[in-house]
Amino acid sequence: MPKAILYDSTLCIGCKACEAACAERWGLPYNEQIAAEPQLSAHKLTAVDTYGERFSRRLCMNCIQPTCASVCPVGALQKTSLGPVTYDADKCMGCRYCMQACPFQVPTYEWNSRLPRMRKCNMCYERQSAGKLTACAEACPVGATINGDWDELAQEARRRIAEKPDQYYQKVYGITEVGGTSVFYLSAVPFEQIGLRTNLGQEPMPETTWRVLELIPDIVSTGTVLLGGIYWITNRRAEVARAEGARAEGAKKEGR
Amino acid sequence: MTSKLPKITVWRVIFAAILACGLYATYVRVMYGLGGATNLSDKFPWGLWIAFDVMCGVGLAAGGFTLVAMVHIFNIEKYKPILRPAILTAFLGYMLVVVGLLYDLGRPDRLWHPLVMWNPHSVMFEVAWCVTLYTTVLFLEFLPVVFEKFGLHKPLEWIHQISVPLMILGVLLSTLHQSSLGSLFLIVPEKLYPLWYSPILPLLFFISSIAVGLAMTIFESWHSSRAFGRALELPLLMSMARVLAVVLSVYLWIRLLDLSHRHAFELLKQNRIETWLFLLEIALMAVPMVLLYQARIRRQPGALYACAVMVVFGFIANRVNVGTTGLEAGSGTHYFPKWTEVAITLSIVAVGFATYRMIAQYFPIFEVEEHHNANAGPEKNEKEADSVAVT
Repeated sequence: MPKAILYDSTLCIGCKACEAACAERWGLPYNEQIAAEPQLSAHKLTAVDTYGERFSRRLCMNCIQPTCASVCPVGALQKTSLGPVTYDADKCMGCRYCMQACPFQVPTYEWNSRLPRMRKCNMCYERQSAGKLTACAEACPVGATINGDWDELAQEARRRIAEKPDQYYQKVYGITEVGGTSVFYLSAVPFEQIGLRTNLGQEPMPETTWRVLELIPDIVSTGTVLLGGIYWITNRRAEVARAEGARAEGAKKEGR
Repeated sequence: MTSKLPKITVWRVIFAAILACGLYATYVRVMYGLGGATNLSDKFPWGLWIAFDVMCGVGLAAGGFTLVAMVHIFNIEKYKPILRPAILTAFLGYMLVVVGLLYDLGRPDRLWHPLVMWNPHSVMFEVAWCVTLYTTVLFLEFLPVVFEKFGLHKPLEWIHQISVPLMILGVLLSTLHQSSLGSLFLIVPEKLYPLWYSPILPLLFFISSIAVGLAMTIFESWHSSRAFGRALELPLLMSMARVLAVVLSVYLWIRLLDLSHRHAFELLKQNRIETWLFLLEIALMAVPMVLLYQARIRRQPGALYACAVMVVFGFIANRVNVGTTGLEAGSGTHYFPKWTEVAITLSIVAVGFATYRMIAQYFPIFEVEEHHNANAGPEKNEKEADSVAVT
C-alpha cells in the first residue's frame, strides 16, 4: 500500500518542529538563522513559509508518476512501490534536468560543493520501510502533518472539506495534480495564495516527452530506409549518366 | 600583407586576453564549484552554458549533417568543395559541446554514466547517446583528411568502404539530436513562456538547425576565403542561399501556424520583455529570408554574408530564449550570467576558431579528394557557371 502525507494548513501553527525533525533525520545543521529561511535548499529539505497569517509547508510531493525520475538520464531517481521517490547520489552526474523539469521546483543543489549532490525529501523512505512514521509527521504537535496510507489520507482530506465547508477551500491539492502526488494539501484559501502552483494539468508530465521519445524507433527505421533509398536512386542516376556519357563519347569517336 | 599585420596582432591580443580570463574562470569553477562560477540557483538550474555552449554549439554544427546529406545522399556533387570545412566545423563544434558539458555538469567525472546506467524515458539520455555516437561518426568522417595528409592509402580505403552507412547514421543521429534538444523543454509546459513552448518544439529545433547549418557554411566560407586568401565559392554559396531562403520560409511558416493554433498571438499585445525578444528573434530570421529571395543580394558576397550572420544570430536568440530568458517568468526568478560563465563560453568559442584555423592550415580541408579532383575539374566549373547563369 503506497504511503502519503496530509498537510492541513488550517491546523498548522508555524512552529517549524517538522523542519527541525527533518534536519535531524538528514543530519543537517539547524539553527535560528536556517529556520528563518523561507525556501527549500540543499540544507533545508522542508520549509514552512508564512503567507499573511497563514502557513504553508513545502516538501517533495513524491509524485505518483514523478517527472524527476522520468527525466533523469542515469536513473538516479526511482519511484518506490511504497510511495517515496528515492535518489542515488552515486549515479547522479549533476545535469540538473530534474531541477529544471520538476513542476513543483523541489529539487535543490549543493551549489558550493566541489562534489555536489541534488537534495530533496524522500518522504523518509528508510523510516517508512521500517514501519515508522515520517520524521515530520511524528514531530508535528498539532496533527497538521499526518502520515499514512494514500487511500485513507485522500479519504480523510475529502471528509474534512465536506464536514466543514466554511473552513476549507473546496479542493484537495495533490490528488490529481500532474496525475497525483503523495502529498495532499488542505487550505482555507485558494492554493495559489499559499504559494502552490495551480497551473498544472492532470496529465502526468512524463507523457509530454514520452510522446516524442516513443517515436524514435520509427524515425530511425523509416529514416534508414528513406535515406538508403534516396542514396540508391541518386547514385544510380549518376551511374547511368556516367555510363551514357562514356557511350556517347565512344560513339562520337567512332563517328570521326 | 604588411597592412594586415597589426590587425592580426590585435586579434591575437584579444585571443590571449579571453584565454587568460577563461583560465582564471576555470580555476574558480574547479575550486568553488558551480555556485562560485555561475549565477545559477535552485529555481534556475540551467544557464548560459546549456543555452549557448550546448544548445547553440550543437545547432551551429548542423552544417555537417546538412551538407553530408546534400552531397552524399542526395548526390548533389557541386557542394563537395565545402563539405570538408562543414564536417570539420561540426566535429570541432561537438568537441566544444563536450568541453562545455564538462564545465556545466556538477560531476563531470561521471560524464560516461548515461552510457552504462540507462533510462530510455529521459530525453537527456537520448541527448547523451546522440552526442557520444555522433561525435564518433564525425571523427570517422573527418579521418580521411588525416589519412590523406599522411598518405595512408590502406586505411583510407577501409573508411571509404563504410562511408555510406556511416553517413546515413550521421544524418539520422543529427536528426535525433537536433530535435531532442527541443524535446528537452517539452517537460516544462508550465514554465516556458507560451511564445516558445510548443508541442512541436522538436520539429522546430530540427528545421531551424538546417537553416543555421547552411548559414554557418556560408559564414565560414566567407571567413576562410579571407583568412587563407582563397577565392570565394560564390556560385555555390549563391545556390545554397536559395535553399536557405526556402528553409527559413518553411520554418517561419510552421512557427506561424503553431502560434496561431495555440492562440499565442494575443500575447504579442503585452508589453513584456518576452514579446520584444520574440520579435527580435523572428526579425533576425524573416529579414534575411526576404533579402535572400533577391538575386541582387545573393550575388553580393557582403550582403550574403550579412544575411548568414543574421540567421546565425536569430538562431542563437531562439536557443537562448528557449533555454533561459523564456523560462525566467515561469521560474519566478531572474538570471544573468556571471562574468566567469561568459569568460568560459568565450574561451571555448575562441579555442574553436583557433583550432579550425590551425587544422585548415595544415590539413587538406579545402581540396576535394585527389582521385576525384583530377577529372572533376572542368565539369565542376561548368556547373558553377550554370548556377551563376540560373541565379
